[in-house]
Amino acid sequence: MIHQIWSRLTDRLDPFLFAIVTAIAALGLLVLFSATNEMLSRVVSQSQKVVIAVAIMILIANLSPQFIARFAVPLYVIGIVLLVGVAVGGEVVKGARRWLKIPGVGNIQPSEIMKIALPLILAWYFERHEGAMNWRNYAVAAILVAIPFGLVYRQPDLGTALLIGASGCFVLYLAGLDWRIIILGAILAAVAFAAAWHFDWLHDYQKDRVLNFISPEQDVQDAGWHTVQAAIAIGSGGIFGKGWLQGTQTHLEFLPEKHTDFIFAVYGEEFGLLGGVVLVILYLLFIGRCFLIAANASTLFGRLIAGSMTLMFFTYAFVNIGMVTGMLPVVGVPLPFMSFGGTALMTLFIAVGILMSVQTHRKLVNS
Amino acid sequence: MASELRNHDQELFWYQRRLGLAAVFVVLGFMLLLGRFVYLQVYQHKHFATLAEANRIDTQPAVPNRGIVTDRNGVVLASNYSAYTLELNPRKIANVEATIEEIGKIVDITPRDRRRFKRLFEEFRTNDSLPLKSRLTDEEVARVAANRFRLPGVEIKARLFRQYPMGEVASHVIGYIGRINQEEKARIDAGADATNYKGSDYIGKRGIEVAYERELHGIAGSTEVEVDASRRVIREISKKPSVAGNNLQLSLDIRLQKIAEDAFGNKRGALVAIEPATGDVLAFVSKPGYDPNLFVDGIDPQSWDALRDSPDKPMLNRPLQGGYPPGSTYKPFMALMAQELGARTAKQTISDPGYFSLGRKTWRDDKPGGHGLVDLVKSIIVSCDTYYYQLAAELDVDEWSKFMRQFGFGQKTGIDIDGELTGILPTREWKAKRFPKDPKFYVGDQVSLGIGQGFNTFTPMQMAYATSVLANRGVAFKPHLVKRIVDAKTGEARLTHPSAAYTIDLKPEHLDAVFRGLAGVVTEGTGRTAFLNAKYVSGGKTGTAQVFNLHGGDYKASQVAERLRDHAWYIAMAPLDQPKIALVAFVENGGFGAEAAAPIARKVLDAYFDPALLANALKSTRSADAEAAATAANNKAAAEASAAADMKRAR
Repeated sequence: MIHQIWSRLTDRLDPFLFAIVTAIAALGLLVLFSATNEMLSRVVSQSQKVVIAVAIMILIANLSPQFIARFAVPLYVIGIVLLVGVAVGGEVVKGARRWLKIPGVGNIQPSEIMKIALPLILAWYFERHEGAMNWRNYAVAAILVAIPFGLVYRQPDLGTALLIGASGCFVLYLAGLDWRIIILGAILAAVAFAAAWHFDWLHDYQKDRVLNFISPEQDVQDAGWHTVQAAIAIGSGGIFGKGWLQGTQTHLEFLPEKHTDFIFAVYGEEFGLLGGVVLVILYLLFIGRCFLIAANASTLFGRLIAGSMTLMFFTYAFVNIGMVTGMLPVVGVPLPFMSFGGTALMTLFIAVGILMSVQTHRKLVNS
Repeated sequence: MASELRNHDQELFWYQRRLGLAAVFVVLGFMLLLGRFVYLQVYQHKHFATLAEANRIDTQPAVPNRGIVTDRNGVVLASNYSAYTLELNPRKIANVEATIEEIGKIVDITPRDRRRFKRLFEEFRTNDSLPLKSRLTDEEVARVAANRFRLPGVEIKARLFRQYPMGEVASHVIGYIGRINQEEKARIDAGADATNYKGSDYIGKRGIEVAYERELHGIAGSTEVEVDASRRVIREISKKPSVAGNNLQLSLDIRLQKIAEDAFGNKRGALVAIEPATGDVLAFVSKPGYDPNLFVDGIDPQSWDALRDSPDKPMLNRPLQGGYPPGSTYKPFMALMAQELGARTAKQTISDPGYFSLGRKTWRDDKPGGHGLVDLVKSIIVSCDTYYYQLAAELDVDEWSKFMRQFGFGQKTGIDIDGELTGILPTREWKAKRFPKDPKFYVGDQVSLGIGQGFNTFTPMQMAYATSVLANRGVAFKPHLVKRIVDAKTGEARLTHPSAAYTIDLKPEHLDAVFRGLAGVVTEGTGRTAFLNAKYVSGGKTGTAQVFNLHGGDYKASQVAERLRDHAWYIAMAPLDQPKIALVAFVENGGFGAEAAAPIARKVLDAYFDPALLANALKSTRSADAEAAATAANNKAAAEASAAADMKRAR
């Protein structure tokens, strides 16, 4: 009986994907122990979140893509409503309204819901118009992207807004959006950014981040501090790293945000270039598997949602590591499966669950 | 159906092509990250490893103990003591006034402390903490410590302080130290000694303290500690101890110095006593003096104004910076020169009518009617002006100044503290330069010079040096205040001036004649009253310098009458057959040398030759031995306290 339930639950898992995600998460807990100055309680708390997230992932993997598609519209509508709610009565933390207090549920970050909800509704929408797509459909899709983008941008959270926008654009790209429009869009985005800069539409802190990215050493004590200290941590790690729990930048508090967004700096300092290569290989294997799932998906919805999730994983990993190593400006993106924190972890595991669902329900649809 | 299927296949093909393109981007993206890793962790590794070390390691300077200054017998004149100070860091305090008010409720802050702090605060706009109150008692330290949580920016520090146990005695020799000001800081930072002064707050400002700064300061050490991002010390990594500055043994005998200073009473003036056979300066008096202890933690504005504005000019180092005509004390040197240049023999006499005439001008002798027949020896004993008027009129001033230069007249003696005045030994060239409208050097000019008046401007130090060279029969030793420089650790000592600087070629019989004159001054001449019943044989010469002349005096006619009185001189050497001490006493506006200066010289010489008097010299203030013992104990405690402070910092 128990065995039956177990096999029913695990039948829908992709063993390869599951193994790699578990490996990255386990590595994350190891680094977290060092990053929190050996606070076991933090590691235990994060482990609990991983267990819960895996449970939700298994649950979602057991749902068929068709069933998941039914959530697309409600989830999107709820997400928009919550984002409007944030704009009206959200909690102000560090000068931005990002959190919404819902009695009985607690604090939630509606922008996080959008990371899943937007690709979902776009995939659902494109499948509905499969084979008969015209420019009107793309225009509707563009509006579906623009609404959450605008709301999150207004919070203000430019980084998350760009990531949400990107996840929408991935769906559009995979759905076959004309190359000319893609190129035109890219040019328009560049012009919009230049205009925003020129006409002061950006907040000071956003400008600072970009300026700091260009020359972090100029303002070592303040905003550039993150970038400079992270580069020192990683660079001083060398080829073999300083060893687990041996990072001076980490343990003498020079690294800020070291257990959340900047956890890769801790990893780079203590495990060196070799550690970095190992992690990149793990991500490559993970994302490679995701690509295969997306390529072999049997429905358009499956292809679009799996493909966009795959590219989302890559984007998060690339933007986070790129920002910690000083190649990109600082935006609030956690390192997938490694950074401390429950919300992002939940989103990522839900996405993995969706991918698994797409993979394991393939034959059923075909037959 | 078939077309739909084909359409479907084609769509899938397009989709997979786009997916494949994305995969290529993904691989390129990760390659880019790997490239970045290699750049940071291999190519730039050394750079970042250095930065990480610089983050983690803080070098804390260990300030060396300043060298101790003693007199020739080991009596301590400048030492260090350890004390707790209450310091404020203005950068960490929003309202300094309110904080001082708050501290005032816990420990006693005097108005002087406040003024002193305010002055420091305005003068040193630094980020370092500045002392508000020093020498806190244990109880005060405890009370401040208990309230520290509500006084951010207020610190208790154990520091070494400079102390001058003799107070005003020899203040112009020892000088003082003070906080390094911005100008000095800029100079240090630009020099080779910058790292050595990291952590040093004090520097020599005057006297020996500044002249021997390099010897006294010592070599700074350092402690390497590991710190976290908030600069809190985690542990000590390595330690390089500081090397204490060298101790200085002065040539001064502080007992003789004290007796000499006391002999002046309330008079203003200078006295310099030199051991002719070595150049050791035995006493160096500038009256009035000042208390150097006032300057150590920064002087308060009221005390400073009082010192600066006093008409007695207590900050003026008179032996070095007072330029005066030598008066008749110049005559023995003139007499020696007359023989050496072949203008006079010792036996040759003149008839003194009481005046000397040249053309239409007449110069009068002090004694109306004159001294009768006068030879060289008598001319010194009775201080016969006419003898020297005649002599001066016959000589060539350039030849004359060339001779006198050998005795150091009109030149810096090169004594080892700063601020020496050059003085004026007139020559034709000098006059042409000084008076371009009347450049000719007249014989009349020479006549005044002959009796030590006129353009002659010498410092008491120059007079003392000349006297010591004369006493040593032409063998010149450079005068010096520091006799030995002693390594604080090994005790190794080196002499500052071990041998004679030069020798003046003089005929013994010429010297003997002058010495006979000097002896006669004391036994039957102008110095007789002052040296009645002396237990030693000395030679001397009185002098009186006119204040009211072209350039010599320090004071203007507008000042009170007392300040217009003549300056009194007395030069002396004893015992006369082989002088062990040569000195000059100078009393500003003292009147006649015989009355004002000679008695002071007498007291100093009496003490020099009487061990009992010397032994009692310091009894009037405090016991020298007890003081020395107390200072030694102080230094030990100070060293321990600074070590403890280092430990605390390291922790």
